[in-house]
Amino acid sequence: MREFPPILQAKNLTKTYGENVIFKNISLDVYKGETIVIIGPSGTGKSTLLRCLNLLTPVDSGQIFLEGEEITAPSVNQDQVRQKIGMVFQNFLLFNHLTALGNVMVGLTKVKKMPHNQAKEKALQELERVGLADRAHHYPAQLSGGQQQRVAIARALAMDPLVMLFDEPTSALDPELIGEVLGVMEQLAHEHMTMLVVTHEMGFAREVADRIIFMEKGRIVEEGTPEDLFERPQQARTREFLGRISELYGKREKG
Amino acid sequence: MVIQFFTYILQGTSVTLAVTLVALPLGLILGLAFALLYNYGGLWVSRLAAVYSLAMRGVPPVALLFVLYFLLSGRLVNLSPFWAGSISLGIISSAYQMEILRGALQAVGESQMIAARAIGMSRFQAIRYIILPQAIRLAIPPWSNEASIVLKDSSLVYALGVPEILRRAQQLSATTQQPFLAFGAAALIYFILVFLANRGLDLLAEKTKLPNAAA
Ligand SMILES: Nc1ncnc2c1ncn2[C@@H]1O[C@H](COP(=O)(O)OP(=O)(O)O)[C@@H](O)[C@H]1O
Ligand SMILES: [Mg+2]
Repeated sequence: MREFPPILQAKNLTKTYGENVIFKNISLDVYKGETIVIIGPSGTGKSTLLRCLNLLTPVDSGQIFLEGEEITAPSVNQDQVRQKIGMVFQNFLLFNHLTALGNVMVGLTKVKKMPHNQAKEKALQELERVGLADRAHHYPAQLSGGQQQRVAIARALAMDPLVMLFDEPTSALDPELIGEVLGVMEQLAHEHMTMLVVTHEMGFAREVADRIIFMEKGRIVEEGTPEDLFERPQQARTREFLGRISELYGKREKG
Repeated sequence: MVIQFFTYILQGTSVTLAVTLVALPLGLILGLAFALLYNYGGLWVSRLAAVYSLAMRGVPPVALLFVLYFLLSGRLVNLSPFWAGSISLGIISSAYQMEILRGALQAVGESQMIAARAIGMSRFQAIRYIILPQAIRLAIPPWSNEASIVLKDSSLVYALGVPEILRRAQQLSATTQQPFLAFGAAALIYFILVFLANRGLDLLAEKTKLPNAAA
């Protein structure tokens, strides 16, 4: 079934900040077209892991491979690697001085050196994809949080990434705006975009994930299909966490 | 009589403007370079930039002007009083402009840099296309203030014998025994120049302002 090698592969990653070991010997294979959801308590190292995967933060040891090529090798052009790994942040981080269209275009014109008209056309397509073609000329401050996050997704998609990383993309949103962002992500999953998603949205994890990874204190405690984790968790810690999280978030999902 | 006063002093205006138009852009280029070095240059470079700023701002401008003037007109190179004075003022202003730009760069924030790097921009591209356009907008109001200070401090080159507004007023005051009229005219001209500069920069700030309310 699975194509080898994995599109993104992490081998024995270790990351420390000073004395503080954030994670140790984490390994992870992400296959083409797969949606992986990472869950776990906060402070566990999920964000740090994502930042390491697209080389925004250096790891202390271990290797990362993208399409079989080691991107942690010293000779690698890191800027080129980051073009191929899209990232969506909790706080959207749109470029405040650019319109929605400008946000999506800037990577195309400045990084990919695409001609202006072609970049504009492509950017408008990406905005269309997230349902925001009619907001192309709005500045971030003129958009709702949900719209900003969808523009941020379009900005990342415009670079035609091999993998998309999402770091709690709905955690900063008002409850009524979460659905529109999750909707876009679900659509991407159906289009077989390869995605690695950190989230507390258990509904999304259950419905959309091919695999769920439960991380705690810098370790992968358990991983498996949604059925495995939700119906037959092997570890006591996983059961406890899922119990707590459904208590916290379950009410809101219903209400 | 009043008209003659005015026209005589007004002839100094072009010199004042020339000094300002050398000093201000020079200070901007140097200040920007030092601000970028401070923010992105690593620990030691950043410390050096901080020392530069402290040293330049810790001495009265006129004392620094004389020190730099004597270095620039004889010791190191031999520049005319006009050029030596203007360049000196530019160097002094660069420390203040550095502080303005440094604050603006920091106000834009590290997260914009992270977002820019995440789509594959190099540090240089991120600074050029993402950080600076935002920082410059933030810097216009305090920079407008610095522009009026440089405009007024350009009168310091008077001490080097450059015939700008204040020097001409001084000469006129001595020959006509009308200090009130002479210095009053000079003050009025400075005020008009500063007023126009600030208005112009206010308009620029207004024009480049980002919308911030939901449409
Ligand atoms: N830049 C940093 N410097 C020092 N410590 C950091 C830094 N970034 C994260 N940490 C620490 O790493 C740990 C994991 O953080 P994070 O990856 O954000 O966890 P999560 O995303 O799972 O909540 C936390 O204890 C946090 O304080
Ligand atoms: Mg996090």
